[in-house]
Amino acid sequence: MLQISTMRAAAMAAVSAFALATAVPAKAQSLTMAVGAQVTSLDPHYHALSPNYAVATMIFDALTSFDSEARLEPGLAESWKPVGETVWEFKLRAGVKFHNGNPFTAEDVAFTIARVPAVVNSPSSYAIYTRAIERVEVVDPLTVRFHTRAPYPLLPTDLAQVAILDRETHEGASTDDFNSGKVAIGTGPFRYQSFRSGDRLELVRNDAYWGDKPHWQQVHYRILPNDATRTAALLAGDVDFIDQVPTSDLTSLRRSDRVRIAEKDGLRIIFLALDHQHPQGSPLITGNDGKPLARNPLHDLRVRRALSIAIDRPAIASRVMEGTAQPSGQFLPPTSFGAIPDLGAPRTDADAAKKLLAEAGYPDGFRITLNGPNDRYMNDARIIQAVGQMWTRIGVRTNVDAQPWTTFIGRAGKQELSAFLVGWGISSGEASNPLRSLIASYDRDKGFGTSNRGRYSNPAIDAKLELALRELDDAKREALLREATKMAMDDIAIIPIHIQKNVWAMRPTLVHDSRADELTRAQDVRPAPTR
Amino acid sequence: MSVYLLRRLFQSLLVMLAMSVIVFVGVYAIGDPVEILISPDADQIERERAIKALGLDLPLWMQYLSFLGNALRGDLGRSFVFNEPALQLILQRMPATLELAFGAMFIALLIGLPLGLYAGLKPNSMGSKVIMTGSILGFSLPTFWVGLMLIMVFAVQLGWLPSTGRGPTVDVFGLRWSFLTWDGLRHLAMPALNLALFKISLVIRLTRAGVRETMLMDYVKFARAKGLSPARVTYVHVFKNILIPVVTVVGLELGSTIAFSVVTESVFAWPGMGKLIIDSINVLDRPVIVAYLMIIVLMFITINLLVDLAYSALDPRVRLENK
Repeated sequence: MLQISTMRAAAMAAVSAFALATAVPAKAQSLTMAVGAQVTSLDPHYHALSPNYAVATMIFDALTSFDSEARLEPGLAESWKPVGETVWEFKLRAGVKFHNGNPFTAEDVAFTIARVPAVVNSPSSYAIYTRAIERVEVVDPLTVRFHTRAPYPLLPTDLAQVAILDRETHEGASTDDFNSGKVAIGTGPFRYQSFRSGDRLELVRNDAYWGDKPHWQQVHYRILPNDATRTAALLAGDVDFIDQVPTSDLTSLRRSDRVRIAEKDGLRIIFLALDHQHPQGSPLITGNDGKPLARNPLHDLRVRRALSIAIDRPAIASRVMEGTAQPSGQFLPPTSFGAIPDLGAPRTDADAAKKLLAEAGYPDGFRITLNGPNDRYMNDARIIQAVGQMWTRIGVRTNVDAQPWTTFIGRAGKQELSAFLVGWGISSGEASNPLRSLIASYDRDKGFGTSNRGRYSNPAIDAKLELALRELDDAKREALLREATKMAMDDIAIIPIHIQKNVWAMRPTLVHDSRADELTRAQDVRPAPTR
Repeated sequence: MSVYLLRRLFQSLLVMLAMSVIVFVGVYAIGDPVEILISPDADQIERERAIKALGLDLPLWMQYLSFLGNALRGDLGRSFVFNEPALQLILQRMPATLELAFGAMFIALLIGLPLGLYAGLKPNSMGSKVIMTGSILGFSLPTFWVGLMLIMVFAVQLGWLPSTGRGPTVDVFGLRWSFLTWDGLRHLAMPALNLALFKISLVIRLTRAGVRETMLMDYVKFARAKGLSPARVTYVHVFKNILIPVVTVVGLELGSTIAFSVVTESVFAWPGMGKLIIDSINVLDRPVIVAYLMIIVLMFITINLLVDLAYSALDPRVRLENK
C-alpha cells in the first residue's frame, strides 16, 4: 500500500494536468456523488463513524441536528429545555411520518433510546450518546422527558447523533435487516432504494419529507476510496460531486472552469501530543550524545513553548496544505462555543525558542523522534517532516517517523512515543469535547482522557471541566470552558498546528452548502441558480 | 491414485492451518482493530465493551482455538466491520473478480496469440520487432500507472468509457454478473485490459518462443515437403503443439489474477474481492483477512492438483506415484 500511495501522488499530478474534454450534462434531478470513506452499515446504531452518520442523516432524522456551522438546530424535536436539574423535556414535531407511513411519536423515541445499547456485535456503539439517560418518560405522544443520572447540559448535542427509529417497524430488527433494505426506513429526506456494501447506495427523494425537500429525485452515492480515481471520475463526468479532494490536485482543479471547488473551515484540529507521563526520560528522547536523558525535557514548560513557537504554522498551511488549513492556537475556530475569541496561532520565533531552550538547560538542544501516521489525515507525513525541520533549526535534532495508522496508533496508545501528530474531529462543535477526551486526566470511571495519549494531567483543568459538564446555563458553561481551554493552551498540554478545511469538488452547475463537520450529503447539493 | 489424493488433501489442510496461524499472529502484531474501528468519542467503558463484543479480550491462543473450532463447522467468523459472515462477504464479491479475471484472460489470448504467432513466423520483420518491444513495456509498466492513464485517455479525454465502477448486473444462478449487459461490458473493458496487459506480453513471448522452436521440427519440415499449404502447416500442425505450454501457464496465471487483482480493483473501484481484502487490511478486519487467505490457499491447491491430474492424463509418462 505504501508503494501505491506514493505512486498515487505522482500519477495524480499527471491526471489533473489534463483538462476536461467533454462534460456530459447531468440528468435532470439525478445526482451522482462519490465519497472517499467507506460506509460500513445502514443500521444507524451499529457503528459510530462519521461516514455512517452522514448516510444516516439522509435516511433518518434525530431529535436535534447540526447546521452547516455545527450549531444545534431542531430536528424531529421542535424545542427542548431543562425542566429540572436532571430532567430535559423535548417537544416533538407533529405530523411526521416514516417512509412506510407510520406516524412518529414519543413512543418511537423511547424505543430508540432502548435499542441503541442493545445492538449486537457493534464495533463502536452509539450508546456513548445515550448513556447519560437514566430513563425516558413519555408524557404525551408529542412530549418526551429524559431523566439523566446527573445534570447533563450536552444531552441535546449528543442526541443529534441518535437516529430515531419506528417501534413498530424496527422492533427486533437486526443490522442485517437494515443492510438488506428490509427495514432501512426512517423519516429522513431520502428513502432507501438499494445498497451494495463497499460500492454504492441508491436513494430516492422522500416526497413526504417534513422539512426542506431536497432537489434530487434520485441519488447515486458511490464509494471511491482511491483519491486519484475519485478525481478522475469527476473529470470524466461519471460523477457530479466528490469529497476529500486531494490537496495535490487542488491547484489545477481551482484553475479549471469545468469544476467548482467548495471549501469550509472544518472542526478537525491537527496537533502534536507530547509525552507528559515519563518523568525519568521519555522513550524516544536522548541527549545529543545518543544517551538517554535523566529527566524528560517535555516536562519543562519552557521546552514545550520553544517547540511550539519554533513551528511556522502559516508556512505549513500554505505550502504543505495548499491553503486548506487554518493555523491555530486552540482546539476550535475562535467563533465556536467555548473557544477563546482572540486567541490566534502562536507567532513563529526561532530565536526566542532557542533562548527558552537555553534557559531550560538545553542550550544545545536534544534528540527526539517525532512520530505520526502517513495515511490518516491530509498530508500527515509531510506535516511532521516540516515540523521536524523547524525543530532541528532550533537545535532539537528531530528524527521523523511516519507509519501507517494501524501500526502507529497502537504504539501511541501504549505511551511508547515522545511526540506525535494526531488529529481530532470535534463532532459536537464545542470545547468540552476536546477538553474531555484530549486534555483531562485519564480516568476510566469519569470517561475522561480517552484519547489523552500523552497522559497530560492537570487537576485544576479537570475541576473546571467537571463544573462545566454539570452547568446547564449556557453562558456560565461557556465561560468555564474558555477558562479551561486557556489553562490548557497556556500550559501547552498539546501543540495545536492547524484546523483542516474540508474541500469538495463538483460540476460548475452545482452549488454546495458546505459543512464544518465534513459530512457529505445529497441534501446539501443544489443546482446553481441560473443568472 | 486414491492414496495420492488423500496425501495431497492432508498436505493442503496443513498448509491452510499454517496459513491461519500466520495471519492470526500477523494481524495481532500489526495493531489493535478496536483502536481503528471505534469512534474517537468513545470512552473507556465503551472501549472495553467493544473489545469484549469482538472477542478480543481473550488471549490470542484462545481466540485462535475458538476460530478453529468454528472453522471446522464451516463458520469462518463474522466481519468486525460489517457484522456479516466473512465467507458470505467474500463470496458476494467473487463474481465481480471472476468476470474481471476471465475477461483479462480472454483479452490476453485474443491479442497475445495472433501477435505471438506473427512474431514467431516472421522474427526479423519490422512488425515483429515492434511487437516484441511492446511486450517489454507490457511487462515493465506498473499496473497502477497504466490504469490511471487508461482512465485519463478513454474516460476523461475521449469520454468513450466510464471511468470507474461496475455496470448493471443480471442475476444468473443467484449471482450477479455484469458482463451480460452492454453497459456492464463497457465498465469491464478498461479494468480487464489493464489487468490483461502483463498477460498479453506473457502470451506473446510464450507463443513466439513456441513457434520458433516448432518451426524447426522435423514434422513441420515433413508437412511442408508433403506440399501442405503454409496456412495449414501453421494453424493446424504448429498451432496445436504450441498451445500446450501456453494453456498451462495461462491456467496458472488465472489463479494469481483472481487472488491478486488488488491494484486494478482499487484503481477502477471495481467491487471485487481484491478491493475487499485491501479495505479489510486497512481496518484490521481479521475474520475477513483470514477467510480470504484460506479461500485463496484452497484455490491454489485445487488448481495445482487439477494441473497435476491433467498432466498425468495427457502424458502417460507422468505418474502420480508416491516418491
